[in-house]
Amino acid sequence: MKTSFVPGRATRWIIAVIVGAFVLIPLLATLEYTFRDRTGHSFAHWAAIADPAKASVYKPLWTGLTNSLILAAVTIVIVLVLVAPTMILVNLRFPKLRRVFEFVALLPITIPAIVLVVGLAPVYRVVGHLFGTGAWTLAFAYGILVLPFSTRAIQANIDAISLTTLTEAARSLGASWFGVIWRVLAPNLRGGLLAGSLISVAVVLGEYTLASLLARQNLQTALVIVNQSDAWVAVIFSLLALAFCFLLLLVIGRVGRVGSSRKEQA
Amino acid sequence: MSATAASTGTRPRFRRVRGWAGTLGLAPFTAYVGLFLALPTVLAITTGLLDVNGHLTWHNFSALADPVVLRTFWASIWLSLLTAAIGALVGALVCYALLGIASTRPVRVVVDAAASVLAQFGGVMLAFVFIATMGRNSIINQWLTGLGINIYASGMWLYDLPGLILPYIYFQIPLMVITFMPAMAGLKPQWAEANAVLGGSRWTFWRRIGLPVLAPSFFASYLLLFANSFSAFATAAALASQGSQIVPLQIRAALTSETVLGRSNLAGALAAGMIVVMVLVMTGYAAVQRRAGRWRS
Repeated sequence: MKTSFVPGRATRWIIAVIVGAFVLIPLLATLEYTFRDRTGHSFAHWAAIADPAKASVYKPLWTGLTNSLILAAVTIVIVLVLVAPTMILVNLRFPKLRRVFEFVALLPITIPAIVLVVGLAPVYRVVGHLFGTGAWTLAFAYGILVLPFSTRAIQANIDAISLTTLTEAARSLGASWFGVIWRVLAPNLRGGLLAGSLISVAVVLGEYTLASLLARQNLQTALVIVNQSDAWVAVIFSLLALAFCFLLLLVIGRVGRVGSSRKEQA
Repeated sequence: MSATAASTGTRPRFRRVRGWAGTLGLAPFTAYVGLFLALPTVLAITTGLLDVNGHLTWHNFSALADPVVLRTFWASIWLSLLTAAIGALVGALVCYALLGIASTRPVRVVVDAAASVLAQFGGVMLAFVFIATMGRNSIINQWLTGLGINIYASGMWLYDLPGLILPYIYFQIPLMVITFMPAMAGLKPQWAEANAVLGGSRWTFWRRIGLPVLAPSFFASYLLLFANSFSAFATAAALASQGSQIVPLQIRAALTSETVLGRSNLAGALAAGMIVVMVLVMTGYAAVQRRAGRWRS
């Protein structure tokens, strides 16, 4: 009676089975598709990934994957070096700006990537002159795209620790501002910083809109290209990428739990 | 409590320590957001106001009244209304099923991770998953054909507008789980106790307390889902390789070819049109969300 709004075991299972089927059937049907060959089922398409004879067909895929990993790394640098210190600064020194910062950080949800790309095209003409047309330059735009996700993870951690007390203690013991951030705040925020970085990796690995319309190669644009010559390998890489992102998110789930247990202690 | 006291106690000291240095510290981020978020947004909206020679013109915006463009906007809107409605209802049921399970339990951690992946990072990959699942050679289609059912009797709709419905629902449900779960988890056991003490049944609880309390959050989540599918591009781009069935695909067509519908800066006008819809929806979202916060403490 105490928690009478909690559903019964039967209700839980009925919903879980129906929705679970809707979510899992496409994934399983896709997995089945990757094992097909002319006569029946085999690992032929999975084995083909390492086949030197097909290397030229799959080359865009490896280029795209490499580019996406570089993009993920540069985006993490933007999150850790530019976004996170700004958040610490705002929370410590400009608490009144916190709402403004939050508003800005959530803007990329309101402004769709397909709209942003219309205005990014002229911006990237200038970026191309300054830094060249390498795929890594996309990371500037990706740093914006990941703002809603990365800032939420970091802010949750900032809210869970006593930022001001830690800073005050470190400063009164003679630490420099750099020392405060590097040796006191960063270790305390490592959960949020890790979660913010991992979720950025997931966003970057799945990004297609900006890369395709700004004519740069990443994993997703490569998938679309390879799909035209070998649909199986595109599907295999899609499943692997989804599985990889799922693992990243599982890790974030664990990291997030560390943050919340710390909050309960405080 | 102690943190608040400490912050009020120390704030004057922080202000004294090099106030200008702090302000300067905000400069890099401000410049970054200005260059890669504010500037592109302004450019996206204003390019629609210029003609090929850079003169001010309303010509491109008049394209928003073009029957083809209006039809595309309408297609985008009904697709979003429909998939958001189904996604919101099914997603809310999933949240209900998860009610009472602590967020640290393995079931919740797995569901949360899966929901994030499918809702936010699928894009192109979801399109491939649905082609492999429902395409002509898929196991499901072969199976249905074996049963004498031809789902493509009226044409190959998977690569057209109706083909977007299932993949969109597929990423809407998990987004609903992510956005609505906190509201659902905010239902207080005390309310159920009060309801029981006053002689109410489980049905009374949901009709008189649960549903009214959750209604604003549900509607806010619905608006977020609408915005999500209205702005989605990657899934549609990979699935509908030809044609411009929805607004984002029309922007692609306008960006990649010189003239569409005889207009040069159409992409800007379409982008501005999308922004108008998005701002309306997100303003509504913020308003409803404020209303929803009333029960949260």
